[in-house]
Amino acid sequence: MIELKDIHKSFGKVEVLKGITASVEKGEVVCIVGPSGSGKSTILRCINGLESYDRGEISVEGLKVDRDAPSIVKVRTQVSMVFQRFNLFPHRTALENVIEGPLFVKKEPRAQALERGRALLAQVGLAEKADAHPPQLSGGQQQRVAIARALAMQPKAILFDEPTSALDPELVGDVLGVMRKLADDGMTMVVVTHEMGFARDVADRVLFIDGGVIVEQGPAKALLNQPQHPRTQDFLRRVLHPL
Amino acid sequence: MKGFWHDAAEFFPILMSGVALTIVVTIGSLLLSTVLGLIWAMMRVSGIKALSMLSASLINVIRGIPIIVLLFYLYFVMPDLGVTLSALQAAILGLGIAYSAYQAENFRAGIEAIDKGQIEAAQSIGMGWWLTMRRVVLPQAVRIVLPPYGNVMIMMLKDSSQASTITVAELALQGKLIASSTFKNTSVFTLVALMYLTMSIPLILLVRHFEKRAGKR
Repeated sequence: MIELKDIHKSFGKVEVLKGITASVEKGEVVCIVGPSGSGKSTILRCINGLESYDRGEISVEGLKVDRDAPSIVKVRTQVSMVFQRFNLFPHRTALENVIEGPLFVKKEPRAQALERGRALLAQVGLAEKADAHPPQLSGGQQQRVAIARALAMQPKAILFDEPTSALDPELVGDVLGVMRKLADDGMTMVVVTHEMGFARDVADRVLFIDGGVIVEQGPAKALLNQPQHPRTQDFLRRVLHPL
Repeated sequence: MKGFWHDAAEFFPILMSGVALTIVVTIGSLLLSTVLGLIWAMMRVSGIKALSMLSASLINVIRGIPIIVLLFYLYFVMPDLGVTLSALQAAILGLGIAYSAYQAENFRAGIEAIDKGQIEAAQSIGMGWWLTMRRVVLPQAVRIVLPPYGNVMIMMLKDSSQASTITVAELALQGKLIASSTFKNTSVFTLVALMYLTMSIPLILLVRHFEKRAGKR
């Protein structure tokens, strides 16, 4: 469903992606792990055209991803994104955040968008917060609204860019719980994360990225329990046993 | 003091007709400068190089010319080019153009102050440039822009007096006419100053209100 072929990307003189080739099948949950600055987020941002890439080709359901082409709008309505810092619209309520895309991008009738928006907020456990503005919500609640906003576009896949990194530790579980439910329901997901427990339990496949290349990839449990490459072993040791 | 009140009662009605014109010039040029400023600012942040550069040069040209020269140009030079404007039209047009440069810089600062994550979130749900501006950026930028916008309103109210140089009989010119025919300079100009101040005070309070509201978030 999502195909990346030999993606190269530089910021100035620094090459952050040095030939990434990967694919994500429908219904698959793929976690991307690796050290900071390894290019994980850049991969996600290239997939929905928030970032351009210099070489190679990315396609979503056969549609080429080109951030300067009009077709990018179609790509983005099929592949939603959830950000590390939530990026909710602070001047709109939780419900308004959720229905913004359906109303103004997909031009759904208001009544229908509202009904589905409410249902989505209920699905992420925030039915009673529909009229709250983002600054009145906790980080975990904001992130769940952001997930509802992504779902409202009825995407074929959702990209998660370190969705729990900006959260207080006790709020992480709620967000991961919502994500796990989505995975169980068959949503295609690409998740950049440092939550190894989530990756092990929920992901089908894990890509370990370092220095702009895929160092190792494979089924989640196998890769995280018995990493083959020394760099993967070293990284996992540091993450899982920081002391 | 008694003389002042007597003079005030006598000149007040004439000065009030000046006040009416002052308000017309201020509101007219405020609206024009807002629309033009918004256009310059949108061109500036459009991401299209030619539009952005055109807007930047326009702003610099406008900023570099004194208001009074702009007014003279519109009122005295344009007729030579076949465009004749009434004094009031020239005043509104001149002040509106002159202040559009400051409005544009103010609007641009407000737009650029919006977190990039907001724009990315809008794009990620499929919004294009214009929809992102209309639904996400501008509504948030308004809060940031309002306090300096209020200050521009006060400056424009006072600078509307420059229209007197091209014969618009607004408050300052009415005062000057009365003073030069009655020689009661002190009474007349004190009264004129008080009238400007009276018009400014509500605007000053409005700016304070905007500042409080903007500070809330």
